[in-house]
Amino acid sequence: MSTQTAEPDLQSSTSDETVIEMRHVSTKFGEHVVHTDINLEIHRSEIFAIIGGSGSGKSTLLREMILLQQPSSGTIKILGTDLNGISEESALALRKRWGVMFQNGGLFGALTVKENVGLPMREHTTLSDAEIDEIADKKLVMTGLKPEASQQYPSELSGGMMKRAALARALSLDPELLFLDEPTAGLDPVSAAGVDELVIQLRDQFKLTVVMITHDLDLLWRVTDRVAVLADGKVQEVGSMLALSKSNHPAVKPFFTGHRARSLQEQQINALHA
Amino acid sequence: MRHLSFTPKLVTRIGKNTFDFGNQVLDMLSFVGETAVALGKSVMQPSRIRWRPILFNIRTAGFDALPIVGLLSFLLGVVVAYQGAGQLRQYGANIFVADLIGLSMLREFAPLITAIIVAGRSGSAYAAQIGTMAVTEEIDAMRTLGISPQEMLVLPKLVALVIVLPLLTVFADVLGIFGGMLMASTQLDVSFTEFLDRFVKAVGPTSFMIGVGKAPVFAAIIAIVGCFQGFMTKGGADSVGRQTTRSVVQSIFLVIVADALFSIAFSVLQL
Repeated sequence: MSTQTAEPDLQSSTSDETVIEMRHVSTKFGEHVVHTDINLEIHRSEIFAIIGGSGSGKSTLLREMILLQQPSSGTIKILGTDLNGISEESALALRKRWGVMFQNGGLFGALTVKENVGLPMREHTTLSDAEIDEIADKKLVMTGLKPEASQQYPSELSGGMMKRAALARALSLDPELLFLDEPTAGLDPVSAAGVDELVIQLRDQFKLTVVMITHDLDLLWRVTDRVAVLADGKVQEVGSMLALSKSNHPAVKPFFTGHRARSLQEQQINALHA
Repeated sequence: MRHLSFTPKLVTRIGKNTFDFGNQVLDMLSFVGETAVALGKSVMQPSRIRWRPILFNIRTAGFDALPIVGLLSFLLGVVVAYQGAGQLRQYGANIFVADLIGLSMLREFAPLITAIIVAGRSGSAYAAQIGTMAVTEEIDAMRTLGISPQEMLVLPKLVALVIVLPLLTVFADVLGIFGGMLMASTQLDVSFTEFLDRFVKAVGPTSFMIGVGKAPVFAAIIAIVGCFQGFMTKGGADSVGRQTTRSVVQSIFLVIVADALFSIAFSVLQL
């Protein structure tokens, strides 16, 4: 599998600060319209979140970015490569440059945690088994998983540990771009706070660009640089949480009203002023 | 007036089902195509072949199935000989039990019973395994890690089953005939040596080859239907069960249809 590695467009991604560019992206499933004319730009080393109600097509948008689905029309460019009609070689080259953490982890049940983390390296690099094990251990430590957990199977892990293991696997090829699907969903508040820290730390240490889908207001306030609000198949507004919280847009406002959102917002604004 | 509303509903349903069926056939054909492409690539680049899962599947689908395949084909041989015994005795044609058992076992019963057992044992396991992986996002994860699910999950099963099913069929041949032979000696007073003497004369290598030759085709049907139904799984855990059931029903159905087509072809070719 590792014999052919098409050279990715390195220069275009370093000279251009835009890592992900979506132009006029529309998606239809038969009669059902999911997106119409979505335009987004995500910059390097940015933590970008996509929010929206259930069924607003956030997951579909994410799946289109990671080559699991194709939009009906429009162009998506990632790290300078157009995903439309992409060849198998360049798709593989791209896939090696990004990591994806799925909502349920997507860890392989037949493999231990350590084997899961080592698998991408085993597939795509010529490293020896010893080296792979060593790197896998490092990734697991980095994501805060205890060494004992590395020999366990995914079914034996708690929700928080599973997310950490999934993150470790997403990071195993040292990606430039990280996609997170609901990174804190189903976690207790302490584990969720741990994920917040982890995401910030990864961005600061490795200059990763992070794209996430989430409902978690804590996470949104604490880590994101910019947030896109998806509703009625369109991007209604893009901006920092602070800017969005002041918006009067009817599709944006519901996220910031209601007592849960309001108390958090006050805390965050106080923290910013302090 | 009330019964009038029944008609459009029925028509809609027939239409919808027909449409769904057509779509399924198309999906299945495109799956066969994808598998063929993946197979072609593996043949061109043998380093991509995953030997470990192939060997693992040979063990689970083949070796582990030996007891059940052996037992059932033995019983089938016993039953066929027993049913035939009464008729043959009436005409004093006891020795022809070797013809009966030999031809029916080698040509039809052994390949068919083996395929049906394997469809129930392994085809369902394939659908359940891949279906569960689809539900837990493992298939998506595999794609995003740049690993082709076709290469990782489908090809090893297909290759293993194509190797293993003919071997299991030979095993079923042997035990089926042994069952018939046992029955012949107790019911019809045909001794083992008499039986085997007649058997060699009555049953040529063509009959054996026809039976064993059908097995790889049955194997391909079982592996492809099982994997295809696994990939069709969408939504939750209940869908896994539904697709698993469907994989067994469909693969047994298609195996029998293929067997019928073989019969027609062989009779045209006068084999």
